[in-house]
Amino acid sequence: MSAYLKLDHIGKTFTRGAQSTEVLRDIRLTIDKGEFVSIIGHSGCGKSTLLNLVAGLTQVSTGAVLLENKQVDEPGPDRAVVFQNHSLLPWLTVYENVNLAVSKVFGSRKTRAERHDWILENLNLVQMAHAADKRPAEISGGMKQRVGIARALAMEPKILLLDEPFGALDALTRAHLQDQMMEIHTRLGNTVIMITHDVDEAVLLSDRIVMMTNGPGATIGEVLDVPLQRPRARIALASDRTYLKSREAVLKFLYERHRFVEAAE
Amino acid sequence: MAGVQDAGHLPERKASQMSLPAAKSDVHVATKGDVVVAGQFKTRSASATVVPLAATPRRRIDFAAIATMIGQNVLPPIVVLAILLGVWQAAFSGPGSSLPPPSEVWAQSRDLIVNPFFEYGTQDIGLGWRVLVSLERVAYGFGLAAVLGVLIGALIGQSIWAMRGLDPIFQVLRTVPPLAWLPLSLAAFLDSRPSAIFVIFITSIWPVIINTAVGIRNIPQDYRNVARVLRLNQIEFFFKIMIPAAAPYIFSGLRIGAGLSWLAIVAAEMLTGGVGIGFFIWDAWNSSRLTDIIVALVYIGLVGFMLDKLVSFVGRIVTRGAAVN
Repeated sequence: MSAYLKLDHIGKTFTRGAQSTEVLRDIRLTIDKGEFVSIIGHSGCGKSTLLNLVAGLTQVSTGAVLLENKQVDEPGPDRAVVFQNHSLLPWLTVYENVNLAVSKVFGSRKTRAERHDWILENLNLVQMAHAADKRPAEISGGMKQRVGIARALAMEPKILLLDEPFGALDALTRAHLQDQMMEIHTRLGNTVIMITHDVDEAVLLSDRIVMMTNGPGATIGEVLDVPLQRPRARIALASDRTYLKSREAVLKFLYERHRFVEAAE
Repeated sequence: MAGVQDAGHLPERKASQMSLPAAKSDVHVATKGDVVVAGQFKTRSASATVVPLAATPRRRIDFAAIATMIGQNVLPPIVVLAILLGVWQAAFSGPGSSLPPPSEVWAQSRDLIVNPFFEYGTQDIGLGWRVLVSLERVAYGFGLAAVLGVLIGALIGQSIWAMRGLDPIFQVLRTVPPLAWLPLSLAAFLDSRPSAIFVIFITSIWPVIINTAVGIRNIPQDYRNVARVLRLNQIEFFFKIMIPAAAPYIFSGLRIGAGLSWLAIVAAEMLTGGVGIGFFIWDAWNSSRLTDIIVALVYIGLVGFMLDKLVSFVGRIVTRGAAVN
């Protein structure tokens, strides 16, 4: 069986004038359908670059990204991205923001009424249907991120790419959205790649955690399986042995073996 | 108050049970004062009382606030205007003064002041008509400048090579005074009407181009990424992302452009003739009707002011929400 998503010996080098920086080196990873994979690493290790490569927003220098055995070389709605700062268009309402995606992706396949139902269904999924007519400036940061997720889900992507989706939120909102994300993942069975720098978030949400070494020339240091049953409950897990061991493994990787060296920046 | 707090919890609970109709909270409002048994919420067996909210007071016209507003914004300019008119009257009332005082303006040009839309003959018409003729030219010239300016500005903002090639040329051309274009355009168009419109166009297009380009260069990368993920084509990107995102910049360019075009029309009409307000001033000067010139100046000022307010008003409506993030 071939993998759903395959990162095949990916390398990325940014060149500016005569200077070139190798950001990623020899990334090899396969992800199965329905898997929730987190990528964790210190800042500057190229996590976001890796996500952009999968999204097609950046081109690989060497190697290839293969989604269902087809090479990814441009962005597309089959790899929907939830950006860190929500990236909703401020002049459109919540509904219109989702509609922009829906009418582009399903414009020819669904009737107007079907699209309307589909938009509301996705807004309901993130519990934002009540604010459909509000503009992004009128809702809170957590709500904006939920709309961002709804917009991405509404594209019915093969892979959902989350770029530190809850990073800019306060701890309580973040926990709430993490729970919601788990619920959505359980219900829809999406394949998800999430960039994070939060160890608890990674362990709680993921099936596997990909740990990145420090840049320049970062690569995958270790991949940790998280063998926790789903659905997962935050409070019950707080004293769960497997959870704690996974957490410890990530912490050890990040703070003992690949400590962030300030001078390396 | 405990009842209100309980009611506040309800929507959240309902939100997590998505099978329930979303409009439930409206039902609670409708039954205000009644006791609602929250039996349908399985997690809670106790009942929650919904306390009626205080009726929102009807909007009444607040006369005190209006009076304060008038006192603060309308009264001061009127007082200052009265003082200025008084000083003017005093300064030019003596015999042999070179300019007419306000009283003489009123005496000699009263028909121009009180009735902007009289028509006594083909050349003897009210200033309102003349302003409209001038505004029509501005509408053509400025309208053309707005459309082309936004398009060219979008090109420069999008393409680094278009910017490198065109920007220096535009920076030089935009400093050329409006009237310097007039002889050339008269030679090219062989007619005064298109020449005047061309002068308006060439005067007002630069701020539109430059502001649009800046606005488009400042579109956040995030919006571009959204467009790329959605695979918006060029036309969709232009109308759905570029124009709305750059709208605040575009409108500040349009506002400057509208001001400049009103400046240019008066000067251009002085030289090309016709029926416009600019030519009226020139004509009045030639027939030594100084009081008419003064009235025309007031007209030009007021119309320019309104033009500026109109563009900024339209801009405020169109860019609603675009500036904040």
